[in-house]
Amino acid sequence: MSGLIFAIELAYWQQTLIKVLVAAVLIPTTALILGIVFLFKMMSWMQSRMGPQEAGPRGLLQLAADGLKFLQKEDIIPDRADRFVFKAAPVVVLASTFLTYVILPAGPDLVIENLPTGIFFAMAVSSLSVVGVLMAGWASSNKYALMGGLRAGGQLIAYELPLILAVMGVVIQAGSLSMQDIVWAQADGSMFGFGGLGLPFVITQVLAFFIFMAAIQAELTQPPFDMPVAESEVVGGFHVEYTGFRFLFFFLGEFATAFAFAAIAATLFLGGWWVPGVDPNSALANVVGPIALFVKIMVVAFLIFWFRFTYPRFREDQLQRFAWKYLIPLALANITITGILVVVL
Amino acid sequence: MSVLAVTEVLVAQNIAFAIIALGVVVAGVRLVTTENVVHAALWLVVVLAGIAGLYILLAAEFTAIVQVLVYIGAIVVLFLFGIMLTRARLGEGETVNERMRIPALVIAVAMFGLMAYSLWGYFGSTELEVVGRSTAELGQTTAQVADSLFLTYLIPFEVVSVLLLAALTGAIVLARRD
Repeated sequence: MSGLIFAIELAYWQQTLIKVLVAAVLIPTTALILGIVFLFKMMSWMQSRMGPQEAGPRGLLQLAADGLKFLQKEDIIPDRADRFVFKAAPVVVLASTFLTYVILPAGPDLVIENLPTGIFFAMAVSSLSVVGVLMAGWASSNKYALMGGLRAGGQLIAYELPLILAVMGVVIQAGSLSMQDIVWAQADGSMFGFGGLGLPFVITQVLAFFIFMAAIQAELTQPPFDMPVAESEVVGGFHVEYTGFRFLFFFLGEFATAFAFAAIAATLFLGGWWVPGVDPNSALANVVGPIALFVKIMVVAFLIFWFRFTYPRFREDQLQRFAWKYLIPLALANITITGILVVVL
Repeated sequence: MSVLAVTEVLVAQNIAFAIIALGVVVAGVRLVTTENVVHAALWLVVVLAGIAGLYILLAAEFTAIVQVLVYIGAIVVLFLFGIMLTRARLGEGETVNERMRIPALVIAVAMFGLMAYSLWGYFGSTELEVVGRSTAELGQTTAQVADSLFLTYLIPFEVVSVLLLAALTGAIVLARRD
């Protein structure tokens, strides 16, 4: 399928170089977009305050200015920190984010690597960020950082299960782990014999969609699941000792992961790059696809940040009870029902 | 071994195997020689990630991802979590259990001997048949794993899961004495 738009066959290393460059440019850009649109603008409007106004038109360049500021700040490592682990931790977190982007399809041909086990791969590599968070919390030699790291560890383990179980409902219905095949399954589907709109899995898997959204909120350690970084209790948690560009790594990791999870949700439940009316086999789909995917991602990201700015923080026991007593049983019930219906229908 | 080496397609694979295997061995040695328990757990991450790389070289994509998800994402995280909750001292300290070194060495050598003996006894010098050299020849390996797991080996699979459940229940019973 490659070379559908451009009739040029590229060597393996040229393809790889292009893919690496695309990922390297795309990931900071997505973090910037989410940061500006939601963290600065939407949050300010929801809370009736101005937000950044000075840098650029309507303060739109504030985050770029912040990024430059972070880069020139002094790089401080605590005296008693474990230096190597302290330095490696943000890299591990960011690497986990980068790996998640590998399988995100933006068009029939626009995907870095269409793995047959795509969604499973994404779940596995996104679980690696916990290791980085625990490393950061431990190596800082700060009791708040350690407590934040431990809270993050407990939370991320608890919410990984509902995340994966929610995805399984979609996988059973699509009959494939590949992200592209999941998009095709939704494009080829029909609702009561009417195929014009396909079958976005949010309609049949609405329970899985809600579980998935709650679980990614917790995986991102965003409010209301922000116990690990609660500023009033553990003053920022595992990244309390990080300054300058090392802090920027965590910040970038958080928002780029939010974008990646929103993209996964958009692909699994909203049809991904597919738009009704555009033939998915045509070259046009490669042009319209990224735009459609971006719009869907922004819708999902809006939901994520809407929850973030609305609800107060969960207590630790409420948080764990919510995962183990409600989300996981619901996700298991969803898998059972989906499995039965797929066999019966 | 020589059969694999002369096939020209597999030269790159052999080089990659050598690099990854060397990394795994070095990380494994550091894992048992380091003085710090947290460092040992982090070296274990490197060992397990290297083994996942070896699985990918063998075209066992599904196994590699399970390796990352279960071993690194869950088990090592649980190790780190437990160590940090109980005895996470920074720097070089007497965090490593010195007394059990000799028994550990004996068990490790015995395990190595047993596995080497059984592998040698089973395969000997038989050459394994090459199933395929490309993704197209191999087909959907994940689907093949699923088919053998849920059709051919369904009952052993279910028995193992019941065994794991029993172990989990036992752990809870031992941990909670109220």
